[in-house]
Amino acid sequence: MRTTTPWWALWRLPLLMLALVVSLGFAQFALAQADPEREAATAVPAVDADIWRQIESGETGPNYRSSRFGSDYNLINTVGETWRQLRERWVSPFGVIAVVGMIVLIALFYLLVGRKKLDEPRTGRKLLRWPLMVRSLHWTVATLFILLALTGLNLAYGKAVFRPVFGDGFWAAMMSGTKLIHNYLGPLFGILLVIMLLRLLADNIPRKHDLAWFAKGGGLVGKGVHPDAGFANGGEKLWYWLLATAGIAVIVSGLVMDFPNFGQARDTMIWANIIHAVGAFGLTAVALGHIYIGTLGTEGSFEGMASGYVDETWAKEHHNLWYEEVKDQAVSEEQLEANRTSSQGDEPAPRSG
Amino acid sequence: MATMKFMCDAERCIECNGCVTACKNANEVEWGIQRRRVVTLNDGEPSEVSISVACMHCDDAPCIAVCPTETLFQRDDGIVLHDKDLCIGCGYCLYACPFGAPQFPKENAFGERGKMDKCTFCAGGPAETAEEEYQKYGANRIAEGKLPLCAEMCSTKALLAGDAQEVADIFRQRVVQRGHEDGGWSGNPRADADSLAYDATQQG
Repeated sequence: MRTTTPWWALWRLPLLMLALVVSLGFAQFALAQADPEREAATAVPAVDADIWRQIESGETGPNYRSSRFGSDYNLINTVGETWRQLRERWVSPFGVIAVVGMIVLIALFYLLVGRKKLDEPRTGRKLLRWPLMVRSLHWTVATLFILLALTGLNLAYGKAVFRPVFGDGFWAAMMSGTKLIHNYLGPLFGILLVIMLLRLLADNIPRKHDLAWFAKGGGLVGKGVHPDAGFANGGEKLWYWLLATAGIAVIVSGLVMDFPNFGQARDTMIWANIIHAVGAFGLTAVALGHIYIGTLGTEGSFEGMASGYVDETWAKEHHNLWYEEVKDQAVSEEQLEANRTSSQGDEPAPRSG
Repeated sequence: MATMKFMCDAERCIECNGCVTACKNANEVEWGIQRRRVVTLNDGEPSEVSISVACMHCDDAPCIAVCPTETLFQRDDGIVLHDKDLCIGCGYCLYACPFGAPQFPKENAFGERGKMDKCTFCAGGPAETAEEEYQKYGANRIAEGKLPLCAEMCSTKALLAGDAQEVADIFRQRVVQRGHEDGGWSGNPRADADSLAYDATQQG
């Protein structure tokens, strides 16, 4: 049946246009509504948004297969990019700021404040502070620490510095050596640090007077400022407990990366790397402070770790509480010399603390 | 200059592992290393899908950024290569790589990593002589004017390799043919019904 439209019906046309324009706005909505249940029931979902979410989550699931033998890597390693960004944007700059910043601070401190000299003249009588065993441990750990710090810094920043300077041939050998030293001496450092920490534990239990020591800034600035300190002062204890916490974290995370044969996942090694780098850069910066205070910064400190003996005056000023305990064990330099020549390196004097 | 890329059409990949074998053979890859792998998601389910993965020769390659020895570098044509003389086996490229491409031979005690090996887009690597290059990195088919063997041998032509523009054109044409309305990775159920991975048992 066919009808003709009379001319007066044309007034409907603008209305029709308006309806069309309005309904177009809903068209997409209407399409999406077109019987989705039936389509979902008959269709095979191929690569859809859910699959991409699955891939991006790094999830592997029971029905995940990778044809590479002995590999459980997911399709896309999403943590890798996080690690890269953390490393490039935060960890690497942090290392430079920490280490270079510390060097600058120490240089400024030395120029402005200068060396902490003994207030009183030396008495010439000596006290045994560091027995041979502790000194051996200290210097072995110190040597390893410096080697590991230098090789570690080279692994982190060497490519920006040495490759352009030395050329490829030397650079390749240098980096191979760096990695060998770092990976082989690392575990040795770990073992020795743990032994040293155990050996010095009793001396480094925090006490109330350590708080006062920190409140006075350790007496670092100002003549005649000497807050109370036992065998180890607050600063030494802080360094001890930094090594006992951050140091152990650096060692453990290093071992996780050093021995990839225990089936640890790639993600585990990635986080180990972040912990290792942050901890090691931080410790390197603090170690610079330790080295400064132990050598240039304080008169009479270095000889303690070098010979084992410190001057009475030094002990009285820097470790007054310890001095009170051991002052009757002081020996004169001549006596010490005589002891040395008679019994090579044998040190009978007791140590307390 | 062309930019070389791989592209795997997941709707075509039938998980035959021909690319894996071709790569191993073309490059005489060392024992324990498999430069290419085929990943299957939802294996055995109606939504099963497979994709062949190797180094994707990224534009802003994370491996290059994190390598402490600058072992990795990118050629002008986008191919990411590695210099085995510089590699120290630290594993950072493996940490950073989105695709698990870098691998290390376990030559020494405690799983100590040897020199990294990965897909070279069949473009060899830095070496003095052709023999040395083949021994260290495998074939340099690109220098001979050929494409990577994995893609050349792909039985369903799921794996495409070559100039990014041409690869994209081929894939775009496939998408048009398949009738996907919102592009290659659409979630459009009607398009999926026409996909090669279609499951007859599910037809209502």
